[in-house]
Amino acid sequence: MRREIPIAITFIVGLAYVIAYFIPHPPFNHFETWFTDWFVIIAAFAIWLGALNLLKISALKIAHKRSDWPFAALIIISFLVMISIGFIEGYRGIYADQPFQFRDPGTAFDWMYVNVYMPLSATMFALLAFFVASASYRAFRARNLEATLLLLAAFFVMLGRVPIGDIITSWLPYKYQMSQWAAWIMNVPNTAGQRAIMIGIALGLVSTSLRIILGLERSYLGGE
Amino acid sequence: MTVTVLRLLFTLLVSVLLFFLFPHNLTAQDDTSPDSLIVPVEEVDTAFMAQQTPQAPFNIVAKDRPNDAGEAIIVSWDLSPDDYSGGKVKEYLILRADSPEGPFEELGNTTQGLSEFSDNQAERGKQYYYKIAALNYARVNGGRTWHITSESAVAGPVHAYAQWFNTGRLNIFIGIFILSGAITYFIFASKSGKKFYIRKIAGIEEVENAVGRATEMGRSIYYVPGINDMDDVQTLASINILGRVARIAAGNDTRIDVPVSRSMVMVTAREIVKESYSKVGRPDAFQEDQVRYLTDDQFGYAAAIDGLFVREKPAAIFLIGAFFAESLIMAETGNSIGAIQIAGTAMPSQLPFFVAACDYTLIGEEMFAASAYLSREPKLLGSIKGQDVGKALFLVAIIIGVLLETFGVTLFGMEFSDIFRAR
Repeated sequence: MRREIPIAITFIVGLAYVIAYFIPHPPFNHFETWFTDWFVIIAAFAIWLGALNLLKISALKIAHKRSDWPFAALIIISFLVMISIGFIEGYRGIYADQPFQFRDPGTAFDWMYVNVYMPLSATMFALLAFFVASASYRAFRARNLEATLLLLAAFFVMLGRVPIGDIITSWLPYKYQMSQWAAWIMNVPNTAGQRAIMIGIALGLVSTSLRIILGLERSYLGGE
Repeated sequence: MTVTVLRLLFTLLVSVLLFFLFPHNLTAQDDTSPDSLIVPVEEVDTAFMAQQTPQAPFNIVAKDRPNDAGEAIIVSWDLSPDDYSGGKVKEYLILRADSPEGPFEELGNTTQGLSEFSDNQAERGKQYYYKIAALNYARVNGGRTWHITSESAVAGPVHAYAQWFNTGRLNIFIGIFILSGAITYFIFASKSGKKFYIRKIAGIEEVENAVGRATEMGRSIYYVPGINDMDDVQTLASINILGRVARIAAGNDTRIDVPVSRSMVMVTAREIVKESYSKVGRPDAFQEDQVRYLTDDQFGYAAAIDGLFVREKPAAIFLIGAFFAESLIMAETGNSIGAIQIAGTAMPSQLPFFVAACDYTLIGEEMFAASAYLSREPKLLGSIKGQDVGKALFLVAIIIGVLLETFGVTLFGMEFSDIFRAR
């Protein structure tokens, strides 16, 4: 029964979702909202599983002085500091003369978010610029026909996106200038390729979903 | 000097006296209170008002909106003859009542030229009556406005009711039916012993080699199942592949680490990896911290993964699942430490990054087929074949559609693309 019950639940819920898409009559029209709400509630409770697991693993790492244990200490300290500030501000906000929420502007929690978390997040995002350059440097080489085509397409698109591309080709009629070539590459062959991939993805999604709903694919339950 | 000072003082005194003695308007007054805007019709010249009265709209039709849960009624009408640019009709007011005698309440309005309104406040099963009033208004001296309406005949009774089938999605229903039928047919055909040819997928063929490489180098494997939760089919597909990869790793006695971004993915992945170790007879080799939760935050997760890659230097990295902007950060870091990387995602925007940074990439449907491909189970391979039938049908439809659209040919009065559009 350990495996049959989850498979039955998957089948019933999957079928309900599919049916609800085609039947607007109540209560079918509410299925999607109900199931989504239930998932959100379960996920909200489940986040404690992850948080406690993180704390446990970090604490064990510190206790046994395994490699990189200072990072584990940093995780625990950061976690406790943020959660403490959140609780304190939340408590203060409830009993303040003008009630406020723990994350409202002006609170210590908001200060930590704006001055610690956001710069860190922006830093990671900024790394993308450098990684794009290094990945492009490796990828755009004329090793074979496909790579050469990729290189040429990248060349036209990159030049077409900056003003110098049109300056170089300013002697040509407008529709033959670099920016128009770049636009054509993005709008025609690139879009066609993306749509083809998306059609394949959609078919793969349907096939995988059908396998899971019918109970043919059971790996996610922990076995064949 | 004394005279000058006296003159200045006198001027100042006169200015102050003038300021307080005479009325002045330092701020613009705007008599725009709502009550002052509407002038009773009787106050305006009667003959003039008669001239400004618009003709009422006609042929009011109120009917239930199709393909919904019985929450709306569509009211349509023929435009008033005075509805033209510069004409007497400025707006239409939609009035609704529970009985033909009223009282009618105003539901909303439309501008001139529009002849349809959707009443989204209708209660299912309740009867309503509708009238449409053509509204004319203007401004007269003093900034005030007058308005006058002409009401149509009453239309009704009409009630909203729910439909049992959304006919606007019939095309999708037929498509799903055909595709599911094809998949199911080939599953059963495969179960009965029929063999199907499945082309080699380079990324999947290399899974064993990647695990073997990690074993030989004495380093670990990292499996990153993406950043979405278990409600995403990509994550489910990734978890399915994880089971296969974990079994190969367990069989080779190679450590596999699975850092995850969602708690429920952690719970599921842990069960799967544990089961994989048990299946190869090594349950004692599994450690719970192999599958661990990091953070839900996108860039926090990317930073943590990068840190783990740089410090622990795995020999093989699998990036399979749903990824967003963090994909290239992870893939490039993995590349920088010299690991063999096999990636797979169904996010079209991230595929170019994986193709550029990873050794092998499973593109879209290949990721969904990977689990079946690795298991070699007949019923799962049959589903891949059914998927291909769907692809073939799409190919034929695209060719027909391109030809019809190119030559401007319509089918049953519709453009070919409309046949596939969901409503």
